[in-house]
Amino acid sequence: MSIDKETVKHIAHLARIELQPNELEKLSLQLHDILGFIDKISGLDIDKVSPTSHILPVSNVLRDDYPHVSLPAEKALENAPSKKGNFFSVPKIIE
Amino acid sequence: MMDLNQLTAHELLNKLKAKEISPESISESLYARIHKVDPKIKAYVRNKGQQEAPLKSQPNGLLKDVPITIKDNICTEGLSTECCSKILEGFHPPYDATVISKLKNSGAQIFSLKANMDEFAFGSSTENSYFGATANPWNLGHVPGGSSGGSAAAVAADEAIWALGSDTGGSIRQPASFCGVVGLKPTYGRVSRFGLIAFASSLDQIGPITKDVEDAAILAGIISGYDPKDSTSINKDVPDYTKSLNGDIKGLKIGIPKEYFVQGMDPEVKSIIEEAINKLKSLGADSKQVSLPHTEYAVPVYYIIATAEASSNLARFDGVQYGYRAKSDNLIDMYKQTRAEGFGEEAKRRILLGTFALSHGYYDAYYLRALKVRTLIKQDFDRVFGDFDCIVTPTCPTAAFKIGEKTQDPLKMYLSDIYTISVNLAGIPAISIPCGFTKAGLPIGLQIMAKPFDEEMLFRVAHAFEQSTDWHKVKPKL
Repeated sequence: MSIDKETVKHIAHLARIELQPNELEKLSLQLHDILGFIDKISGLDIDKVSPTSHILPVSNVLRDDYPHVSLPAEKALENAPSKKGNFFSVPKIIE
Repeated sequence: MMDLNQLTAHELLNKLKAKEISPESISESLYARIHKVDPKIKAYVRNKGQQEAPLKSQPNGLLKDVPITIKDNICTEGLSTECCSKILEGFHPPYDATVISKLKNSGAQIFSLKANMDEFAFGSSTENSYFGATANPWNLGHVPGGSSGGSAAAVAADEAIWALGSDTGGSIRQPASFCGVVGLKPTYGRVSRFGLIAFASSLDQIGPITKDVEDAAILAGIISGYDPKDSTSINKDVPDYTKSLNGDIKGLKIGIPKEYFVQGMDPEVKSIIEEAINKLKSLGADSKQVSLPHTEYAVPVYYIIATAEASSNLARFDGVQYGYRAKSDNLIDMYKQTRAEGFGEEAKRRILLGTFALSHGYYDAYYLRALKVRTLIKQDFDRVFGDFDCIVTPTCPTAAFKIGEKTQDPLKMYLSDIYTISVNLAGIPAISIPCGFTKAGLPIGLQIMAKPFDEEMLFRVAHAFEQSTDWHKVKPKL
């Protein structure tokens, strides 16, 4: 399967990354090459194989729900690029 | 007499116990070495947030006062942790990773300078670090491997006693091989990843990079174990790994996968590995050729699964909670600009590849298919481990390559992980130990793989080999 510039543009939007025209050019070519190599797996007969999303035989790991001390707000906000009071601050969403 | 910075952790511990040395003297010796050689090697991150701090005496414990170097993607409370990325520049975690808490509880000193790495562990050469590349201590024109290249180079150059790295597709073992040190990727689920900045959650493991096998066994014992904060960590007793260092490998059955010795492989690597296998045989092990027929699919499967998981894990870097934020008065533009300016080239490439593999219309052909082929790769190992105690291979197809040699061709770079990636996909443990040098003087690593949770087998074989050779004692001239 190949990948064209329009597709790369679309996935860059999905991934929320703004690409410069020269980046788009270069990445499209590189992703095309990489996908060409990855297509190696398309020849395998895997109809009867079940997928492994996780290597360990564990599932639905739950923990007891008990009250405990969590990170204080001011500590959680220490690294914020912008904050107001006890909140992260972001550009306005609603006009 | 050797300087303190050249010693292993177990040697330092003996001297500390006998009160022959003070923690301050270890600190002085390490910093003297760092000031002398790190301007050339650049194993440590030297960003504005990085502070040199004298080491202070720690509480009692098994590792009391022994300093340890930490890769820049493992959270250390109050110490800069930037994943060698612009997007996390200036980040000081408000908490410790579980491995760091365990080390502190054992009395170890967390070294305040962090080890260089490929940005977000994306790479095999440490050339993708936002803070610049690290050089290989054996030849400054060559890469140290990656992504834990800073950790491996620091240990090899005696700028660290030992270190922690992380391994998603070979990021501990490949740099250990390139730098001539010991590197262990524990079984998936053996070591908690709480506080490890996630790359690919179904593959990532934290592990030791050390000067000898005994240190790797000691450190693995400290960091392993169940952690309720990591839902993939397994509640299984941690054995005393140092008990496996008994030198006895008589009658062990070693599988040599034919797919790892293909036509056209580097003849020097081939002969060094064959010699190492003969050494194991002379120590009483039996070896036989085995087959892991789906080996050739490991790299393509990995670059779908790892990038898919990375694209999801890295969605959190959006300029809101921490790290870099681009200026914009529109939220979506702020995300897009922040990520455009904050991520390096390889990070963008992998996020895009992973987003593509997961996107509508391509999910079945790529992601789902890769998960199925992963099953086949795992079954290959299950079959071989039904009859064999361990598998022995080269860690890498070549010795350390030159700086700049593969940066223009991402695919070529990806293929340098060809012998390490299957281990992560199958979730099994593996270790790389030094087993010789090329004519040009670059180290070569021997990889040993074992069944899930059989790290003891790795230590047993690795230690027996190490004790009958002198490769681990050779030091780079700097």
